[in-house]
Amino acid sequence: MSYQINEELLRFRPKMAQDKVIFNDFNLWYGEKHALIDINIAVKSNIVTAFMGPSGCGKSSLLRGINRMNDIIPVARSTGEVLIDGKNIMGSGINVYDLRKRVGMVFQRPNPFPMSIYDNIAYAPLLHDVAEEEELDKIVENSLRGAALWDEVKDRLDDSAFSLSGGQQQRLCIARALSINPDIILMDEPCSALDPIATIKIEALMRELKEKYTVVLVTHNLQQAARVSEMTAFMYIGEIIEFGATRDIFENPREELTEKYITGRFG
Amino acid sequence: MNPVSREKIMKRLLLIAVALSLIILPVILIWVGYNGSGIISIEFLTSRPRLFEYGGIYPQIMGSVYLVSLCTLFGAPLGIASAIYLAEYAPDNRITQSVRFFTETLAGMPSIVIGLFGLEFLVFYLQLKTSLLAGAISLSFMMLPWTIRASEEAIKTVPQEYRAASLALGATKWQTIVNVVIPAAMPGILTGVLLGVGKAVGETAVVWLTAGSGLEAFVPRSLSSPTGSLPMYIYLLATQAHTVEGVQRAYGASLVLLIMFLGVSVSALMARNYYLRRLGN
Ligand SMILES: Nc1ncnc2c1ncn2[C@@H]1O[C@H](COP(=O)(O)OP(=O)(O)OP(=O)(O)O)[C@@H](O)[C@H]1O
Ligand SMILES: [Mg+2]
Repeated sequence: MSYQINEELLRFRPKMAQDKVIFNDFNLWYGEKHALIDINIAVKSNIVTAFMGPSGCGKSSLLRGINRMNDIIPVARSTGEVLIDGKNIMGSGINVYDLRKRVGMVFQRPNPFPMSIYDNIAYAPLLHDVAEEEELDKIVENSLRGAALWDEVKDRLDDSAFSLSGGQQQRLCIARALSINPDIILMDEPCSALDPIATIKIEALMRELKEKYTVVLVTHNLQQAARVSEMTAFMYIGEIIEFGATRDIFENPREELTEKYITGRFG
Repeated sequence: MNPVSREKIMKRLLLIAVALSLIILPVILIWVGYNGSGIISIEFLTSRPRLFEYGGIYPQIMGSVYLVSLCTLFGAPLGIASAIYLAEYAPDNRITQSVRFFTETLAGMPSIVIGLFGLEFLVFYLQLKTSLLAGAISLSFMMLPWTIRASEEAIKTVPQEYRAASLALGATKWQTIVNVVIPAAMPGILTGVLLGVGKAVGETAVVWLTAGSGLEAFVPRSLSSPTGSLPMYIYLLATQAHTVEGVQRAYGASLVLLIMFLGVSVSALMARNYYLRRLGN
């Protein structure tokens, strides 16, 4: 099997980029189950980092470690540090709501609120009292532009979000994540419920987004990781087996497990 | 008998059963309409009862409207709040399960028992007297379990993904409930509230014991006024009238009550559809 690695990605060197999110000895349990084991990686700023690995290996759990969405799972418990811009978000004195305003999240299945397109985007800014009316219009427009959706919906902002196609809904969810003006965007298999055309659009969008944001992408799809991510972490049963430049992971994996996974000789 | 002909006979029998049960409702409607429409006039709807079985039913209509509105004012917020707590905050333990079981049971509680409690506790012990207030509070006991049950169900069926999306945007749990969960659950909550209101509209035993004797000649002027209501009026005239005029009035009041009840049901349906449309389904 061979992978089409994006040319631009080939030029990437991890040393060129700054650390944005650092996991230090991060461990996570669901009840008795040790779901993440001694995670130590640094996610770099302004690139796309992919977490890949077989189902159940802990990709989503690791992603949720970045905006502390594991907190809402009653049985989840964790140790270790997660630093964002050098500050431990697991520490006391961290306001988790403020943290989540800095980290946008996009889910596996498009999950717009049952509201109009406009209200979906205005939701968070209104909640966080950002906004005067004109300012709100501006935020909505910018967020939709940022998600490459503005031209398709600018004349129907009052329509229900459900009137959009699946791919448009997912871009709406990306726009909604942009509305809080985050610096990090987490995407948990954002294309797995979409058709190929919609997938291509979202991937193109990811490449644009990293200009302004740090993007972390969970994906099952190896081709996708190769197409859009500068760095890739390969995970297996709760551990990071290998983490590095996507090119290295795909062309010269150091670990046998990684190679097996990449070449499809797995399990 | 061979299986094929038995199949045929069973099918016929089932069909007859269905036809019978489906026909009862229209028959009642037509029966009441037929017997009640003759007496309906502006006069009947706007004057007060006289000499037991003469006159109109204005105070009874208004009494029912007041009782039910006030009951909704108490019951709906309380019921919705309880449902929110049960669905979103209550830990999944024995206590919660018992509360839930209790609510289910309360929904089937014979109304005369609730009436008796209202009488002893509200009317006598708290000295509210037989009054609009005592009646409305007692009626809200009737309404609560239905509202709680349907609202809790509606809140629980709101997809988890909405909550996750809202929390991930930095919303608190409460903000999420108020701004996302409740609006999404609104069709179901409304159905629950109106189901409860429907129960209250037609309730006789409870208002009999707590609100008033039924033939009150005045629209209640305060929360402590005794308050007549359509169900009580119908009950009294149906059981104690000596004249054709009396029976006619019982039918007329029944027709008005039915229309009120249908009004509640239709507005329930309309409100539900309105919200469903707003939610984009
Ligand atoms: N809420 C939860 N409660 C209990 N266990 C959980 C929970 N969420 C995940 N797990 C367990 O933790 C492990 C890691 O799950 P996670 O969802 O992070 O994996 P994943 O790599 O994202 O899988 P997938 O590719 O299927 O999405 C799995 O074994 C899973 O069963
Ligand atoms: Mg996952």
